[in-house]
Amino acid sequence: MRVISEFTKGFWKDIPPFRLVLGLCPTLAVTSAAKNGLGMGLATAFVLVCSNVIISFLRKIIPSEVRIASYIVLIASFVVIVELVTQAYFYTLYEQLGIFIPLIVVNCIILGRAEAFASKNSVIYSFADGLGIGLGFTISLTVLASIREILGSGTFFGMSVFGKSYLPFSFLVIAPGAFICLGVLLAVMNVFKK
Amino acid sequence: MEAHFYVSSSPHIRDRESIRKIMFSVVVALIPALVGAVYFFGARALWITVVSVLTAIITEGLIQKLRKVPVTISDGSAVVTGILLAYNLPAGCPYWLPVIGSFFAIAIGKQAFGGLGYNPMNPALLGRAFLLASWPVRMTSEWVAPRGGTLSGITTWTGATPLNLLKQARKVIHHKELYTDNKIQESFRILSDISSSYSALFWGKVGGCLGETSVILLLIGALYLLYKRYIGLEIPVTYIGVVALLAWAFNGTKGLFTGDPLFHILSGGLILGAFFMATDMVTTPVTVKGKLIFGAGCGVLTVFIRQFGGYPEGVSYSILLMNLTTPIIDRYVKPKIFGHKKVE
Repeated sequence: MRVISEFTKGFWKDIPPFRLVLGLCPTLAVTSAAKNGLGMGLATAFVLVCSNVIISFLRKIIPSEVRIASYIVLIASFVVIVELVTQAYFYTLYEQLGIFIPLIVVNCIILGRAEAFASKNSVIYSFADGLGIGLGFTISLTVLASIREILGSGTFFGMSVFGKSYLPFSFLVIAPGAFICLGVLLAVMNVFKK
Repeated sequence: MEAHFYVSSSPHIRDRESIRKIMFSVVVALIPALVGAVYFFGARALWITVVSVLTAIITEGLIQKLRKVPVTISDGSAVVTGILLAYNLPAGCPYWLPVIGSFFAIAIGKQAFGGLGYNPMNPALLGRAFLLASWPVRMTSEWVAPRGGTLSGITTWTGATPLNLLKQARKVIHHKELYTDNKIQESFRILSDISSSYSALFWGKVGGCLGETSVILLLIGALYLLYKRYIGLEIPVTYIGVVALLAWAFNGTKGLFTGDPLFHILSGGLILGAFFMATDMVTTPVTVKGKLIFGAGCGVLTVFIRQFGGYPEGVSYSILLMNLTTPIIDRYVKPKIFGHKKVE
């Protein structure tokens, strides 16, 4: 079944930040706490699924000379939906993610899937691809953010893990910690791939 | 015919000096400072150094085993990293601090880049920067007053290390409107008392990281390395010279050229940094001109951080930042190729 393989490739073979090494800006910037990582991942996944479906649906109508501009307009519409919804219902998350929600428009995973997949495949495959890659991205962000939050702040989704005596590893919460944590995860995944 | 041409990267001239011999000479050169640290701060200084060195050696061996490359723990480079990291810690710090710092220095600072010779930055300083970013309170509040002395090296002032004292006093004087007259008077008194601390700073009877305080003991080790020609004078002299010049010019409170250059040379980690860390062969430029640029850059950054930065001391960060510029310096400061002439 091709639908299933298009869906499952997003979880290991093409898992975005680790295997494709795409979408690193949100991966590094918002993963200081597990909640932010999960929220950012789900927001991106929603935009990715919607944009993949609609771009695949319109792939024969969009003239290829202006396709990137058209994709951006379509993606931007979904990002506005996400932005307004998070602002209305998850205001603290909206404040913490800040500029990174509008920046989903230029997330290279979304544009990459639109250009490389949705513009060439049918709606059903594009949906499976978008859902798989989107959930893979969500899992990656949540895992990275969990490691950083558990060790860096001693909490997990805001709950204390090690108790009061734990001295937080605050290096992991700041930007250089994000780079080193991502690098170590990539190295570990490369070992497992072999 | 072709077999006679070997293409390899520099160095092309080799002599009988081995990494092992150089590294153990550095260890020997660092021992006087350790003796001083044990005398001033107690046996704990020795144990922190031992813990740091052991962790560095074990980490190096383990990672080289994991990477399936020859284990080179006997070349002494991990020992030097361990000692230098320990010298950058306060004597009262908990023992897990050198363990984590040493592990990070070797694992991420050195082995992740490919091992000795491939590390872009001084691993020991990277370990220190990492610890300072992770546990700033542990790294800056566990000072131990030296035997028979005060943290500041001045008999009338007990709290804060010398550079900390200077920073606080300067802050008060520059924002007079925010402080009481009493506080301002006190700050001026600190500044005038600072020159009475020269001898304490020179012998090492001040608070600070365990291996950085004693100028005389560090200089003895540095002289040995200079005599063996393992380090050159280019970087230390430009580094210390630029610090002295800029501190004299800009660090005063009564206008230009009223600063205290001698205090700036003797305090903090400048001597340790200039002779033992800014002269690391791997992470500093190759040419003489490059070394002069490197030393001057370190000096400018150190004074800049001491004067405007959030931390009282800037030696470690300035060397790390200049380490990163080493490839660029080496690229643009190439010696003229023999026999070549510039085209007019």
